[in-house]
Amino acid sequence: MFKWLDPYAKPQVLFATLLWWQRGLMPLSIVVLLLGTIWGLGFTPADYQQGDSYRIIHVHVPAAIWSMGVYAWMAIAAFIALVWQVKTAQWAIGAIAPIGAVYTLIALFTGAAWGKPMWGTWWVWDARLTSELILLFLFLGVMALQNAFADRQTGDKAAAVLAVVGVVNLPIIHYSVEWWNTLHQGATITKFAKPSMDPSMLWPLLICILGFALLFGALTCLRLRTAILQHEAHRPWVRQYVEEQQDAKL
Amino acid sequence: MSHIAVFRATLERELKLLARQKADWVNPLLFFIIILTLFPLGVGAKPNLLREIAPGVIWIAALLSVLLGAERQFRQDYRDGVLEQLVAARAPLLGYSLAKIAAGWIGSGLPLILVSPLLALFLGLSAEALLAVVLTLLLGTPLLSLLSALGAALTLSADKGGILLALIILPLYIPLLIFASAAVEQAGFGLNYQAQLAVLAAMLCVALALVPIAVQKALKLNVG
Amino acid sequence: MPSFNFTSFSDFLAMGGYGFFVWLSFGGSIGALLALGWYSKRQQQQFIQQQSGRAAREARVRQQQDREQV
Repeated sequence: MFKWLDPYAKPQVLFATLLWWQRGLMPLSIVVLLLGTIWGLGFTPADYQQGDSYRIIHVHVPAAIWSMGVYAWMAIAAFIALVWQVKTAQWAIGAIAPIGAVYTLIALFTGAAWGKPMWGTWWVWDARLTSELILLFLFLGVMALQNAFADRQTGDKAAAVLAVVGVVNLPIIHYSVEWWNTLHQGATITKFAKPSMDPSMLWPLLICILGFALLFGALTCLRLRTAILQHEAHRPWVRQYVEEQQDAKL
Repeated sequence: MSHIAVFRATLERELKLLARQKADWVNPLLFFIIILTLFPLGVGAKPNLLREIAPGVIWIAALLSVLLGAERQFRQDYRDGVLEQLVAARAPLLGYSLAKIAAGWIGSGLPLILVSPLLALFLGLSAEALLAVVLTLLLGTPLLSLLSALGAALTLSADKGGILLALIILPLYIPLLIFASAAVEQAGFGLNYQAQLAVLAAMLCVALALVPIAVQKALKLNVG
Repeated sequence: MPSFNFTSFSDFLAMGGYGFFVWLSFGGSIGALLALGWYSKRQQQQFIQQQSGRAAREARVRQQQDREQV
C-alpha cells in the first residue's frame, strides 16, 4: 500500500526532497503568520468582555493546538519507526520533539500572559494549562531519553517507544486533568473564557493556526535534514555534499 | 522454553533474591514511612490539615518509594549478561518481563499495602478513608510497578539513568495520582468512590495489556 | 473589508491598557520561534563545518602517510 513511499525512506532521496519542501514552506509560513498576526492585532474589533487582551488568542490557541498536533506527528513517526523499522522515521522523532517543546512553551507562556489580566495571577491550575505543562514534560522526557545514550541508535529507538507510550497516555492525562479540575475548582469560570467570536474575528485565528502548521512543516524539514546528515556522516554522498557546501562558501 | 516456564523460573529466582537481599524491599518501605513522617513535620500536625492532604501525600510517597527501587530492576541482569543471553537465545522475554514486574510489585507494592494501617495512625485517617487507601493501593501499586518497569527498561543502558527514569515516569503517573487521591478524598467525606476505583481498574487493565510488550521492546533495544 | 481598529499608532501599542501582556505574548512567541529556527540552522552549519574540518584533516594525514611511504 505504501510502496510509493519506499524511495523516500532512503536518506539521500529524502534529503533532496526535504530541501524543496523547506524552500517552499519556510517563506510561505512566514507570510501566513505575518498576515494572521497583523490582521488579528490591528484589524479586528476588540472583545466585549476582554478588550484588546483577547488578541493573544492568535498565538496562544495555534500554539496549544499544534503542541498536541506535533506530539501526534512525533508518535506517528515513532510508530512507523517501530513497526516498519524505517530509520528516517526514527531520526524524525529527534527532529520534531524540540519543535513541539517550543510550541508548548509558547502556549504556556502566552497562557500566563493572558491569564494575568484576566484572572489577576500569572498561573492557575486550570485544566488546559496544567495539561500543557504535562505535555511539556512529555516532550522533554522524549528529548532527554534520546540524548542519554552513548549509542545514538539506542537513544532514537528508546525515544520512539516512549513517544508511542506517551501518545496512548495523552488522552488519559487530558481527561484526568479535566476531571481533576472540575473536582477542585467548583463553579467559577476556570476554562479560558472563550470570547464569543464574530466571523470577522475567526479568520485571522484560522490563518494563524495554518501559519503555525506550515512553520512546523518547514522546521521539521530543516531539522530532519540535519539529522540525516548526522546519521549518514560516513557516507560518500554526505562527504560530497559537505564539500559542495564548503566550495559554495569560498 | 515456553512463556510460562520462563515466567515461573524468573519469578522463583526473583523471590529468592528478595528473601536474601532484604534491603531491596525494606529500604523502599522505610523510605515510604519516613516521607510520611516528614509531612506532618513540614506542614504542621493539625489533624484537619493532615486529613486533607493525606490522600495526595500517601500517593506521592508511594511513587517516590517505588521509584527508589526502580532503577535496580533490570540492572543486575543487564550487568551480568543475563539479558544478553536471553535475547540471543530468542527466549520469550515477555514471560521474563512479567515475572520481573510481578516480583517488583511483591517487593515494592505489597509492603506498602501491608503497612497502610500505620498511615491511619500518622495521618489521622478515618476507617472509611483507610479502606479506600488499601483499595487504591491494591489497584494502583501494580500499575505503578508496571510504569516503573517501563521506565527502568527504557533507561537501562543510559548514563544518569536514575533521574531520567523518574522524569519519564512522572507524567505517565499523573492520572493514577489524580484518581487514587480523589478516591481517598471522597471516602474521607463519606461519599461513594466506586467510579474512581473503576477508572483505576480500567487503567490497570490497559497497562497490563500494553506495558509488558513495551518493556520487552525496550529491553531488546538496550541489549541489542 | 476589515478596517484598522485603532485611532492612532500609540493606541495600537497601548492595546486598550493590555499592551504589556499582548506585546509580551507576541514578542515572546515570535522570539521563541526565531530562536528555534536560528538554532536549527546553526546546528546544520556546525555539522558541515565539523565534517569539512575532519575531511581536511584526513586528507592531510593521508598526504603525510603517502610522503612517508615514498
